[in-house]
Amino acid sequence: MNVKLNNPDKGLDPEIIRADFPILSRKVHNKPLVYFDNAATTQKPQAVIDALVGYYTGINSNVHRGVHYLSQQATIAFEEVRGEIQHFVNAKFSHEIIYTRGCTEAINLVAASWGKVNVGKGDEILISGMEHHSNIVPWQMLCEEKGAVLKVCPLHPDGSLDMEAYSTMLGEKTRLVAITHISNTLGTINPVKEITRLAHEKGIAVLIDGAQALSHMKVDVQDIGCEFYAFSAHKVYGPMGIGALYGKEDVLNAMPPYQGGGEMIKSVTFEKTLYNELPFKFEAGTPNVGDVIGFGAALDYISAIGIERIAAWEQELLRYATEKLSADPTIRIIGTAPEKASLISFLIEGIHPFDAGTIIDHMGVAVRTGTHCTQPLMDGLGISGTIRASFAFYNTKQEIDRLMEAIEKVKEFFL
Amino acid sequence: MKIEETTSAIVSEFESFDDWMDKYNYLIELGKSLPLIDEKYKVEANLIQGCQSRVWLHAGFDGSLVHFTADSDAVITKGIANLLIRAFSGHTPQEILDSSTEFLKEIGLTEHLSPTRSNGMLSMIKQIKMYALAFKTKAAMGN
Ligand SMILES: Cc1ncc(COP(=O)(O)O)c(C=O)c1O
Repeated sequence: MNVKLNNPDKGLDPEIIRADFPILSRKVHNKPLVYFDNAATTQKPQAVIDALVGYYTGINSNVHRGVHYLSQQATIAFEEVRGEIQHFVNAKFSHEIIYTRGCTEAINLVAASWGKVNVGKGDEILISGMEHHSNIVPWQMLCEEKGAVLKVCPLHPDGSLDMEAYSTMLGEKTRLVAITHISNTLGTINPVKEITRLAHEKGIAVLIDGAQALSHMKVDVQDIGCEFYAFSAHKVYGPMGIGALYGKEDVLNAMPPYQGGGEMIKSVTFEKTLYNELPFKFEAGTPNVGDVIGFGAALDYISAIGIERIAAWEQELLRYATEKLSADPTIRIIGTAPEKASLISFLIEGIHPFDAGTIIDHMGVAVRTGTHCTQPLMDGLGISGTIRASFAFYNTKQEIDRLMEAIEKVKEFFL
Repeated sequence: MKIEETTSAIVSEFESFDDWMDKYNYLIELGKSLPLIDEKYKVEANLIQGCQSRVWLHAGFDGSLVHFTADSDAVITKGIANLLIRAFSGHTPQEILDSSTEFLKEIGLTEHLSPTRSNGMLSMIKQIKMYALAFKTKAAMGN
């Protein structure tokens, strides 16, 4: 792993880091790839790829079941990663980490299981105006089923959460607050600790959608104090198809199982089934062991570099890109909250994001265009979509210059 | 002109371009010159679902031929609409249903053919064929 070459006391050298990510040296449309779609998914370091191959070549077998050697090895590795995730987000116990397919499934688990026993007719669930569809639709479905009401906390024009409105919306009937840590469209970092404190004053539970946060900042679920925290491995340099739900032990214990099957039971007769304890109660069926191992490798990799150093470099990239984009009077940045993660949504005056994105792609720069799965937010802003460039710690300022060149090319085409 | 004749003419036009920039410049030109759609057809009902840009497609039937008009808020999408209209408009429902869309692959617009949510081309073709089928059925019932 090349990260070892980095002096831990110094800032990051992205050129060294880049060598760890094989995909970054490929070309697209005959040009060196500039990958600025990290908010959609991050690239994988060789260490993660090796871990996946290593698992399938060395220890593949089913977990928790066999007494044979391989099954034990797989089980040990599988459970070790749970501990690693626990430490990464600073949970109190490893059994507070439930493996899921990803952030979306983690949220759905809470909606289905916690929602089943804690939400009733006339109750309210409070989300924000910047939520991803994954943190809207499960609650809509729950509300529809239970006759509950979905409330939406408004944003300030700069894309930050209106905390005054938030306080007043926490009411008698509010059962749950479900808000994102970082907006995948605006970059806004929400004050999740304060959000949680205010909700708890009224005895309201809190779920934080951490999909965008884990890769950009130190996350400490005990410090935040939330009941639930949901995330996906693929947005933190790990494999797709795996993620986790953090839940407070007592809250998880009081919840009914999510899905039925093997692994989640203690004993089964046709008359009655005794459910297994945490975390297995929520993990029915054969889990995605290989990708869990890959997730562990990703967290190892990030920890070796240090999330603070990652954050510092990403903030520098954000500052540089903001400066460059702001200098262009035809560009409008969407989302200018004071606390932002390293992503920028913008529009080029008079040019549809789809048109711009098509040309930018041909210039070898991968950006995302469209509504970014936050259609209600777009409707609220009165726009049909944005161009989004999202940066990771392997990106460079030269790459941001390439984006600026691509934007000039777009203007040549359309203006 | 038969649909196949138009589409092979389109293919040869695109073959003359050396690089992607010429191709897109041409598409953009086509987008800008797409005949205006009657504003009354730019309604929700004519919006094609599944596009990153908004696309309105209107179809009229004079009893034997189908006529298409379209608009979009993205210029490249309008250019693609222009190509499709040039190929399929003014033909009988049966001709439209029998026609092949292979030419779109040949002109190298495959990135717009991938079944992702972000592109309108596949949805536009599907909609064009659906209109043809609907008009064919209508004509058959009228007889
Ligand atoms: C803020 C936010 N929440 C939730 C999700 C859903 O994550 P996943 O699709 O990995 O389940 C995303 C992914 O785009 C996101 O950005």
